[in-house]
Amino acid sequence: MINDVIDHLAGITPGSPLDRLRARRPGAREHAQRSFDALFTPDDDSDVTLVERDAIAAFVAGLHQDAEIASFYADRLAELSPGLLKAVESEIEAGGTTGPYGVYPDGGPLAKESDEGLRYRARNPADLGVRLAAAFEHAHLLVFRPREAREGDLDALARAGWSATAIVTLSQLVAFLTFQIRVVAGLRLLRKGSAS
Amino acid sequence: MTGFTQDQLGWEPWLAPLTADELTDEHYEALVDKARAASPYFLLLARDPDVLHARTKTDVDIFYNADSGLPRAERELAATATSRRNGCVYCASVHARFAGHYSKRPDDVQRLLDEGVGAPQEGTWRAVVDASVALAATPDEFGPEHVAALRAAGLDDLAISDTIHAAAFFNWANRLMLSLGEPTQEAGQ
Repeated sequence: MINDVIDHLAGITPGSPLDRLRARRPGAREHAQRSFDALFTPDDDSDVTLVERDAIAAFVAGLHQDAEIASFYADRLAELSPGLLKAVESEIEAGGTTGPYGVYPDGGPLAKESDEGLRYRARNPADLGVRLAAAFEHAHLLVFRPREAREGDLDALARAGWSATAIVTLSQLVAFLTFQIRVVAGLRLLRKGSAS
Repeated sequence: MTGFTQDQLGWEPWLAPLTADELTDEHYEALVDKARAASPYFLLLARDPDVLHARTKTDVDIFYNADSGLPRAERELAATATSRRNGCVYCASVHARFAGHYSKRPDDVQRLLDEGVGAPQEGTWRAVVDASVALAATPDEFGPEHVAALRAAGLDDLAISDTIHAAAFFNWANRLMLSLGEPTQEAGQ
């Protein structure tokens, strides 16, 4: 049983210097975990199913190219829907790139900072289904080029069957993971370099 | 769309926020601070109240826990640098104002907004901006050299952890702000 996913992934054990360090920010620690719980074991999954949550998380974690974190989320998906994992792995391969990038509006004050990059489309949308294919494309946008997000991107999700409430949950899921993965990466380095 | 600025901007959602009539006690609890019920951003996030509640509590401890660690000005600087790198004009405007206010160095903040994350900064600010930018990359580029630079600038482990958390949190916030609506020139309602 994992009590705290960030501790688990960052290799922080009870009583260690990093454990004591995290105890100095008890609200952040408790509520980062509560965010995970609210996203992955929600009271109500009628807007976004558990399989959808785990599939999107496995995709997002895979895009971050951290083997341990990617395995953690891939294993969760494999447990719930083993058939879907292969399709997700193929999409991670199709979506692999480095970010953040993205164009700013033409003629606007930031246009000179525009930075072109991959605009991922689901490689095998039939394997994912309409809803997940749209969710993966949106997740990729959020992970790598959020500055390009436009109102029309939400229309595309709506056409694929995502309700307004589901879009909020989906956005939180992807955005939360971009936080959690970075906290893990940072704390891991701090743990390795900790003198005590 | 405006460029990066310390001016007060508004933010308009692309999806319908909850209306005042729809708010239950659970929603008010999720908003944590009742004043947030005036914000279309928080009223939109209230569509998933459990996540909003946990997110808000995480935010509050990372930025407002004053038990030593990184000073508030530098936590806000990490938020600003992250937002500048990710391209979130709205988040950058809010946290640039905070960073300038708490540090009394609005010109240094303005240079970050005008010239970008590579603009010259001194000492601790250089280390905090560089660490935040490295963490904003996907996959992350945060390495031992960033930890070493933060230590050399005088930060202890708690302050470095605060830097990591403040920067990481804005990867969360930027993606919500950028994808669920857009900044407007008018001050927020």
